[in-house]
Amino acid sequence: MTPLVSTGKRIPDYLNAAYGLKSWLFTTDHKRIALLYMASVTMFFFLGGLMAVLIRLELVTPQGDLVEPDVYNRLFTMHGIIMVFFFLIPAIPATLGNFLIPIMIGAKDLAFPRINLGSWYVYNAGGLFTMYSILNGGVDTGWTFYTPFSTTFSNTYVLATGLGIFITGFSSIMTGLNFLVTIHRMRAPGLTWFRLPLFVWAHYATSIIMLLGTPVLAITVLLVALERSFHIGVFDPAYGGDPILFQHLFWFYSHPAVYIMVLPAMGVISELITCFARKRVFGYRFIAYSSVAIAVLGFLVWGHHMFTTGQSIYASTIFSVLSMLVAVPSAIKVFNWTATLYRGSISWDTPMLYALGFIGLFTIGGLTGVMLATLGIDIHVHDTYFVVAHFHYIMVGGTIMGYLGGIHFWWPKITGRMYPAFWSKFAAITIFIGFNLTFFPQFILGYMGMPRRYHAYPDEWQVLNVMSSAGASILGVGYLIPMIYLAWSMRYGPRAEANPWGAVGLEWEIQSPPTAHNFETEPVVDKEAYAYTAEQGYVPPTKEAEFV
Amino acid sequence: MANHDHDTPHITGLGTYFAVFGALMVLTAATVFVAFQDLGMMNNVVALGIATLKAVLVLWFFMHLGHATTFTRVAMASTLFFFFLLLAFLFGDTLTRDLLDVPGRVIEL
Repeated sequence: MTPLVSTGKRIPDYLNAAYGLKSWLFTTDHKRIALLYMASVTMFFFLGGLMAVLIRLELVTPQGDLVEPDVYNRLFTMHGIIMVFFFLIPAIPATLGNFLIPIMIGAKDLAFPRINLGSWYVYNAGGLFTMYSILNGGVDTGWTFYTPFSTTFSNTYVLATGLGIFITGFSSIMTGLNFLVTIHRMRAPGLTWFRLPLFVWAHYATSIIMLLGTPVLAITVLLVALERSFHIGVFDPAYGGDPILFQHLFWFYSHPAVYIMVLPAMGVISELITCFARKRVFGYRFIAYSSVAIAVLGFLVWGHHMFTTGQSIYASTIFSVLSMLVAVPSAIKVFNWTATLYRGSISWDTPMLYALGFIGLFTIGGLTGVMLATLGIDIHVHDTYFVVAHFHYIMVGGTIMGYLGGIHFWWPKITGRMYPAFWSKFAAITIFIGFNLTFFPQFILGYMGMPRRYHAYPDEWQVLNVMSSAGASILGVGYLIPMIYLAWSMRYGPRAEANPWGAVGLEWEIQSPPTAHNFETEPVVDKEAYAYTAEQGYVPPTKEAEFV
Repeated sequence: MANHDHDTPHITGLGTYFAVFGALMVLTAATVFVAFQDLGMMNNVVALGIATLKAVLVLWFFMHLGHATTFTRVAMASTLFFFFLLLAFLFGDTLTRDLLDVPGRVIEL
């Protein structure tokens, strides 16, 4: 790389390097593309959230009195599809990952900047098909598209939505490929694998899943389309097919997809915990390897979604054991974050509130996952609100807490502006309370037997449902508050310094916001990640503490 | 790590490409021929075997895996490994569904 000549002047940042709509729509700057993605995923988040509001409003009363049953089916289906494929999967990798990975490894951009921009267009093209489907009445199959309902009986927009997901999957593949090549080939001199920030390790593992899993989803959706249109006999028993085969293929991608959602959030949490505990992370290599272990083991557990189908009991037993095994690397992370906090110099800034919220909620989600991996318990609570609560603790309690924590942590770097501390802490606490009030009652409802995807229920479950809907209102307000103050901050927030948190890492050594090419001269890395010193508030443990 | 696919690109002769193309055509004809023979359950095995051989030819010559770095080959092998896992667990289910002795269930052999 040719070093840029330092003139001593402040070089225009990436936001001011060019102006006009064209400069955004044709940009190949990874930071601008990250912001384009941020706008898109935020739009889909609120669209999916709107459907959640209608679902929770319907469930305030036991009678199905707000929407018709078939409308309710479409609401929960579209909520799931939008949130999973158009928000949770791209949320962290395509925004924070896109913005930060090149900077964290000391590069000017991703390996394939045009593919990066192309991925955003592909993502939105998929979104357009899905929006077309919504505007025409949506889909009622559930986000899982189970056959034979999706192939034979549903008379809704299965093909258009499936095509939307098929197309959007390619955007995921493009992002994953870009990250893998970038991390392998563009690291700054001295930045060895075990000096990489754990955020980068997490995205490396995520990219493996994106590349290996997404094509299987594409093939599966394609087979559904062919079965529905031409009755080719892959899934339909009437033509010699096997409907359980669909579930195998679907979950081969869709279970690892959970790790596409949560692994990047885990990467965010590692950065936040070390910064706000002012400590080197406990067990760096274990956390790094556990990301890869989760990515690999995550491919071996899909059958736990199928314990109550006609799946062989022998296969179910193996899937049960393997599902419990994947809890080990997840637990390693939780224990290591907790150990990092131990005797750390902890500060309670907004990103840290989200990080601590993540650890608690993810642990509950993970432990209930171990319960669901147990064959007997799963048969009792299969397809009940227990499952709904479990995966929301992982996806919302994990991924969204990680996403918001990351946004608040790197917001000064991304925009060059600070946000109001009081309101951001207030929102973080509101979200934590609202989330638990929404989803914890659902564990109890599920255990009592309330099935998911029903728009009416017996009277005795109303109190818990009202609690859940009340919690959803608080959660909704919690999500709206950051929208307001972050939008305000972009124009009126106080200017941020290069390193407002006193964090370590290459991204904190450059100006806020960064210049178009990130670094004036190519950085050389000569120390490990998270090398916090006394100047940055690091308090070395006492002798006694080291031996406890 | 050796990086000869970037520094000194290998140029495959045109004759090789035509030879591989010819082999693919012959194998396609073989697939069609075998499809009309009654080999019992071996029909699927032979058809998949020929298809695998064709895929290897495409990967090795057209996609230049034969001259790729070890890392690229490992990446390719890992995708095949995960595909193998999919098949292994899938057949692990379908081939053992009827093994459990459930009273009243008729097992078809």
